[in-house]
Amino acid sequence: MDTVKILMRHIGEFKKDAIITPLVMIGEVVCEMIVPLLMATLIDDGVEQGDMGVIVRTSLIMLVVVLCGLAVGCLGSVFGSKAAAGFARNLRQDQYDNIQTFSFSNIDRFSTPSLVTRLTTDVMNIQNAFMMILRMVPRAFSSLIVAMCMAFVVSGRMAMIYLGAVIFLGIVLAVLMNIAAKYFRKAFPEYDVLNENTEENITAIRAVKAFDRENMQIGLFKEISRRIYEIFLKAELTLAAVNPVIQFTVWASLLLISWVGAHLIVSDQLTAGDLTSLLMYCMNILMSLVMLSMTIVMITMSSASARRIAEVLTEQCDMAQPENPVREVTDGAIDFNDVDFSYPQVKVSEHDPTAAKRALQASAARGRRERVLDDIDVHIPAGSVVGVIGGTGSAKTTLVNLIPRLYDVTGGSVMVGGVDVRDYDIDVLRDKVSVVLQNNVLFSGTIASNLRWGNPDATLDDMKRVCRIACADEFIESLPDGYDAVVEQGGQNFSGGQKQRLCIARALLKNPKVLILDDSTSAVDTGTDARIRRALRDQMPDATKIIIAQRVSSVQDADMIIVMDNGRVHGIGTHAELVGADEIYSNIVQLQTSGGGDFDENAMPPASAGASDATAADNHGKETH
Amino acid sequence: MPGPRGNAGRNAAAAKDYMKMGHPGATFGRLMKDLFAQYGVQYALIMVCIIVTVLANVRGNLFIQRLIDDYIMPLVNAKDKDFGPLLAAMAALAALYGLGVLAAAVQSVLMAFVTQGFMMRLRNRMFTHMESLPLGYFDTNTRGDVMSLYTNDIDTLRQMVSQSIPQIITSVLQIVMVLVSMIYLSVPLTVVMLVIAAIMVVLTKVLTGKSGAHFSKQQYSVGELNGYVEEMMSGQKVVKVFTHEEAAKRDFRAVNGTLFNASTKANTFAGFLGPINNQLGYIGYVVCALLGGALAMTGATGLTLGALVSFLTFVKSFTMPISQVSQQLNSIVMALAGAERVHKLLDRTPESDEGKVRLVNVTRDPVSGALTETDSRTQDWGWKVPAGTTVNAKAAGLLVARERGEQLDGVSFHEDGSATITSERIIAMRGDIRLDDVDFSYVPGKQILHDMSMFAKPGQKIALVGSTGAGKTTITNLITRFYDIDSGVITYDGINIRDMRKGDLRRSLGMVLQDTHLFSGSIMDNIRFGRLDATDEQVREAARLANADSFIEKLPDGYDTQLSGDGGALSQGQRQLLAIARAAVADPPALILDEATSSIDTRTEALVQRGMDELMRNRTTFVIAHRLSTIRNADCIMVIEAGRIIERGTHDELIAQQGRYYTLYTGLSK
Repeated sequence: MDTVKILMRHIGEFKKDAIITPLVMIGEVVCEMIVPLLMATLIDDGVEQGDMGVIVRTSLIMLVVVLCGLAVGCLGSVFGSKAAAGFARNLRQDQYDNIQTFSFSNIDRFSTPSLVTRLTTDVMNIQNAFMMILRMVPRAFSSLIVAMCMAFVVSGRMAMIYLGAVIFLGIVLAVLMNIAAKYFRKAFPEYDVLNENTEENITAIRAVKAFDRENMQIGLFKEISRRIYEIFLKAELTLAAVNPVIQFTVWASLLLISWVGAHLIVSDQLTAGDLTSLLMYCMNILMSLVMLSMTIVMITMSSASARRIAEVLTEQCDMAQPENPVREVTDGAIDFNDVDFSYPQVKVSEHDPTAAKRALQASAARGRRERVLDDIDVHIPAGSVVGVIGGTGSAKTTLVNLIPRLYDVTGGSVMVGGVDVRDYDIDVLRDKVSVVLQNNVLFSGTIASNLRWGNPDATLDDMKRVCRIACADEFIESLPDGYDAVVEQGGQNFSGGQKQRLCIARALLKNPKVLILDDSTSAVDTGTDARIRRALRDQMPDATKIIIAQRVSSVQDADMIIVMDNGRVHGIGTHAELVGADEIYSNIVQLQTSGGGDFDENAMPPASAGASDATAADNHGKETH
Repeated sequence: MPGPRGNAGRNAAAAKDYMKMGHPGATFGRLMKDLFAQYGVQYALIMVCIIVTVLANVRGNLFIQRLIDDYIMPLVNAKDKDFGPLLAAMAALAALYGLGVLAAAVQSVLMAFVTQGFMMRLRNRMFTHMESLPLGYFDTNTRGDVMSLYTNDIDTLRQMVSQSIPQIITSVLQIVMVLVSMIYLSVPLTVVMLVIAAIMVVLTKVLTGKSGAHFSKQQYSVGELNGYVEEMMSGQKVVKVFTHEEAAKRDFRAVNGTLFNASTKANTFAGFLGPINNQLGYIGYVVCALLGGALAMTGATGLTLGALVSFLTFVKSFTMPISQVSQQLNSIVMALAGAERVHKLLDRTPESDEGKVRLVNVTRDPVSGALTETDSRTQDWGWKVPAGTTVNAKAAGLLVARERGEQLDGVSFHEDGSATITSERIIAMRGDIRLDDVDFSYVPGKQILHDMSMFAKPGQKIALVGSTGAGKTTITNLITRFYDIDSGVITYDGINIRDMRKGDLRRSLGMVLQDTHLFSGSIMDNIRFGRLDATDEQVREAARLANADSFIEKLPDGYDTQLSGDGGALSQGQRQLLAIARAAVADPPALILDEATSSIDTRTEALVQRGMDELMRNRTTFVIAHRLSTIRNADCIMVIEAGRIIERGTHDELIAQQGRYYTLYTGLSK
């Protein structure tokens, strides 16, 4: 029930509509209750007596009541729709806004598809359920109560029959729904398996076809498909009992009422008119019961959605903001003082099996190594160029992620400009420490709109300046629309190297004091790579530049090279100092110069038309985590 | 893979699908045909059940109308209170009700089987068909698009099959029965009710049209929001790094607001339907009462007061099913849109595969060299070529065989160097692959490869070099027949690859592709994907060859570690190692390596290289790479630019030529 409270807080400005709707719906019920009474008068006093005056008068009253019913019914729709859609809008916005406050470790707890589902499908479910609650529930409930009261007023003894029927039907439905819900709960994970299987077959269709495994995959699919069939069949067979049970109850009540009613009339305890109205209420009571039970099913089915939404709404940013933050970064000096780091225990959302599995694997992939960074003590003077090199999994990325405080250290401290990163206002820090992340993300829009992420007020000249540094100006200017060229989602219409250069330019627009390039030139040819490094050195002499790379050529002229191995600093020094002295570094140098280097395809002129095939795949390949 | 569309674009297109329906009638007809072809008997039974239930209901209503006048009033007036007749009537009705309950039960049970069975069959049919489609389908449809067929679209169909259709059948039957009774009671009043019904239908049509348009808009906005959210959520870390949070909130507010407006309007109009139809029912009642009362009093049409009372009770039973059908309309429209998309998938032409040549394991007679097919897994392979196939005699090794004086009864040689196989025979698998004057385009009119000719002699290693988009991957796609060429010919051991069964052709080519995809399941399963009958030891051996063994052993569950989500927790490099192991365990006669080690770090690559060399030994290999060591050892290097081979030769030859390759090479080493 906590979940409900959490969600309800977000109704906000639609509270008024949410309150009016059920009131109006009750109004509709009242109208609908008056109509049968008028009908009885119409028949008893009008038609049967042949009194045209009564017929006309009653008809007119009925017409008025009907119009009132119509009006309130429509109003119910107007207010109800607005309340539900508004509630949904707020739920989406508030979730989205809260996600914006998430730290990196918060983000790690949720997978992207799951967040998308929470913002779309789950909210839609709640919207529909809420509409039901506002419109159907009051309607069904009040009509049940009113009809019941009327029945009791007419005849207490006869009303007992209804009460019995209601209780009987209520219990049977509750039991059936419970069983069915159990099956549904079982079915959803199977559905996830089916979807995952299908999705895999779509993405990996080349592998399937390459190994001639179509039939095997079809067999697998049919197996899962059959399992779903069996579970859903059980659920539906359980629900199949609902309809006959309702029919049985309705008809049994009718027969009972008729039989008992006949006796009561004969013994003069009931009038014929009373019996007619009782039979009328019978339908009302049972129909509202059925309606209630159906809405209850809908509401239970959306309860999972409610929990998932509530989880995002209540997630708290786990990175503390200092009370009196430092608002200025003086220079780009960086100090790692005895830094230890382990990734926070990801308490993954229970409603996000994908993220849960991924976290499990991630911890498995680290090979039970708890501490990711161990005893790092490195001091980098402002304005220097630092190279970071090391094998996959040596924690290079983790190391630099601590500088803009994407994660908090476990032990020791990281300082920028002589101030602990935890003492800065986080926006100030991140504005001055610019990271080009390993997996480059461009957003749909134009080149200019993407670059302006670095600085919303950047002029065309500013953009041209940074693009020159990042060596992106040549290809941008060769595009017909130049800086207004369209960027598709993920920058799919640009090659890997072009995307990387755009990402660097975007980071430069911030005019940072510290610039971190995390394997950001891997798809750029060596010549251009060298030109970018030279430009950075010349144009941004004050900024500290940290370059993570696989290629020795990218780091060999750095002021300082850090060789990482297994979360520790294996060696530190200049190229000349490390060659021969550091075994890992020497090994890499030797492998890359003795013909192990890259035969770089990007040294060739950029391909024009038809380039997108390899580009898209390239993009995919570079998504390393 | 030409031009993948952006996500937002895809959703917009999906939303447009909802807006414009091609042929709802035809789609509906086809759906019904499918449904009745599979479940005709069940539907007939369901129909009977519905009739029984409806009859029980009508009969019950009639009884209740007569209850007071025919049974209770006589009892009240009678001297001896004999409840016998009433009891008898009620017993008869109870029996009918009993039958009705039974019918309702049978109907529900049948419906459960039909719905779930239909869904399963449709799912399986879709998937089976999808697996048979050419790669072009997957290039032009985004994953999200195809996935929504299996989730959203199929779900709308479920609703229609399980709820809307039975509801419509029931309602129509009710309407017909009530209509008959009403006509019997009074024709003029029936006309009045028909007019009311017509108004209801028209209003329903207008309202569903209005709400439908808004629902489409809502669907469109949902698509847009979906695309926006998906893009922003996957870039959330970039948002943080650029402190772009406030701007992101602002942008979202706009998208969110549009959805709110569309959703409010759609639901408001849809919500009008219920009250309007409801109240129209009452209005019909009033009009009939007024008119009927007047008629009965004048006695002009012979309408009695009793008949009028009966007629009035029918009014509600007449209007209720009409409004029930109208409530189903929106879901039917949605279901038809879904069905149309599903049909579009089912109507795609599958990959053509008319090839008859099979890849078989063979044993070689040590003396005569004759090949015999065998079921056991030998290291030796042969092509089982059926009679009537024409091959290149030289490339198929037939000329050599003739010179050796081998029995060549089933072969007739032709002047032009070709030969026709006249009785089924096995041609040795040697790994001779030739492209002859091949032209190719993914999209008609946009030619990618021009006059491409190249050959790989058995056991040779061919390296393809060139810039992104030059067409290197495309060449390998053609050899595997992922795509069919526009003109020219590709032969494999002298056999046109079009004559080969696709699966066999592909099995003969071990592939390690640029982007590695893994499947849910254990690491063991994933490697074994290359060869299903491989023993655990063989899998381990392949992993050792690929140098994947060491990282696998470090995982807590070793080879039993479960992967999911495309092996997302493994690094790209680790995934490539698994892909190499997968190809190694398949132990194929020839290999295609497309940037197979691009994401592996320098030191690991040095280790893998030994395994790769082992794997490539004596196998025809096409390799695309940008690592120098891989290219330098190739028997022949093809430099490809804009879909043409511009230089070819060995490393030394190309260096001596001082052309493009030379520039690239020296450009690197400076």
